[in-house]
Amino acid sequence: MAREIISLNSITFRYPGGDHDVLKNVSFSVQEGEWVAIVGHNGSGKSTLAKLMNGLYFPDKGSIQIVGISLEKDTVWETRKHIGMVFQNPDNQFVGTTVQDDVAFGLENHGVPHEEMVKRVNRALKQVKMDDFLNQEPHHLSGGQKQRVAMASVLALRPDIIILDEATSMLDPTGRQEVIGLVRSLKEEQEMTVLSITHDLEEAAKADRMIVMNQGEVYRTGTPREIFELGDELVQLGLDLPFYLKMGNALKAQGVQLSGQHLTEEELVNELWTSHCKK
Amino acid sequence: MDISLQKVEYRYAAGSPFEKKAIEDISFTIPSGQCVAIIGHTGSGKSTLLLHLNALLKPTSGSVVIGDRTVKAGRKEKDLKPIRQKVGIVFQFPEQQLFEENVMKDICYGPMNFGVSEEEAKKRARYWIEQVGLSQEILEDSPFDLSGGQMRRVAIAGVLAMEPEVLVLDEPTAGLDPRGRKEIMDMFYQLHKKRNLTLILVTHSMEDAAEYADQVVVLNKGRKVHEGTPRDLFADAERLAEWGLGVPEVVRFQRLLEEKTGRSLPGVCLSIDELAAAWNEQSGGPAV
Repeated sequence: MAREIISLNSITFRYPGGDHDVLKNVSFSVQEGEWVAIVGHNGSGKSTLAKLMNGLYFPDKGSIQIVGISLEKDTVWETRKHIGMVFQNPDNQFVGTTVQDDVAFGLENHGVPHEEMVKRVNRALKQVKMDDFLNQEPHHLSGGQKQRVAMASVLALRPDIIILDEATSMLDPTGRQEVIGLVRSLKEEQEMTVLSITHDLEEAAKADRMIVMNQGEVYRTGTPREIFELGDELVQLGLDLPFYLKMGNALKAQGVQLSGQHLTEEELVNELWTSHCKK
Repeated sequence: MDISLQKVEYRYAAGSPFEKKAIEDISFTIPSGQCVAIIGHTGSGKSTLLLHLNALLKPTSGSVVIGDRTVKAGRKEKDLKPIRQKVGIVFQFPEQQLFEENVMKDICYGPMNFGVSEEEAKKRARYWIEQVGLSQEILEDSPFDLSGGQMRRVAIAGVLAMEPEVLVLDEPTAGLDPRGRKEIMDMFYQLHKKRNLTLILVTHSMEDAAEYADQVVVLNKGRKVHEGTPRDLFADAERLAEWGLGVPEVVRFQRLLEEKTGRSLPGVCLSIDELAAAWNEQSGGPAV
């Protein structure tokens, strides 16, 4: 059975000097090898969760366990070794003058011997399919390529968990696809645990499970299918509906007869095709 | 106020060993009161082009006509301030440019820089803060205590308070949640309609180009490769793919539907409602 790799128990948190709790009694857990997407409107507390899981802040109430270790001020360096974070802006995450230097930076900081370092850098860049770019300058890459290099830097450190904090939100559609595709292969081929914090429903729809945050609380958790069944409730929460649901609603409004809730685009097309053939 | 580009070329670090041509031979006109989208793959030259629209960059060849002013390669320009007041640019992630101790001062900074009195600037701040969907109470707060979405709105209010005639938006909705995205775009569109504000939208979002633009200019590898209405542009998905661009989701779905059912609709639909209506129409009205 998969083990629980992250667990949050009744977390309440307020920023120092803040006038309200940005997280209220939040509990959830993530299993090893799972891909969980956390979605929610701006200000719902999503990014704060990431900051707490990485020990940048500590909860006022409740506790956090990362790979079974209780996250406290004196265990924070230990727990951070298990988590790699990729942030929103690819340009803010580069320190090296070439792609391989950049990936090596974190390893050097961890005192990894040179020989081992070379191996890990090459392997990590292969994992993200950027091994043809070893000596390129990072700022000459496209947004999607930059985020892949950022992910290689994280992978080289061999974390158990990757947290993507809106890592696709600044990318163009191609770059977004690149990163989502990479996450999927990391998860499937290397059984990485992935936590993605996102507004992008296409990205969230590919996760195993979704957690919907609303005003600092967990509003609902479930598979993408279960979450999308909420329909208009999601719109109320400042989120959007996947395209096929919006399309289905518009067709119904036009008087097109549709049986029920189709849950994929293919189902919708098929239904339109069938009803069309009957005429 | 029209903006017209004539054979604009720009080389970074011209004359040095690091010279790099970013855009070349770009000509098009943005008529007053229009909404024009400029789209292109990452690295297509969009950002370089954008900086020419209010003379932050001067072309290394060709000229840019902004209202009654001409910015021409090789000629020294003086007093560019009026151009920058008339053409306001909201850069990507404008909230990163907030710096004052409170929101009121931050919004007033731009207009006062252009010679507006403090009293008038404050009046504008009170007006524009509501136009961007925030309350006047927020004016006393530090911009750094606000949420990301609120900070974005404050930064936008700061540009609008200069009362430009042309507003250039560089990926204005990046990083916002879906509701925030729609609210901000609808707000710009309202301003465009009500005040005849010219909108220039530099974007990755084909959905926004389809929904809001009268005209779309496509850049590829530093050159203009297309100019036309969104309907005309999105009718040809293969061509867009060559430029590294996609079509809006609704267009992709329409293609899928047409392929599967073997029935084609009269034209390309740019919104979900349009497609629903067209589908209903061709299948002979609502089933009874």
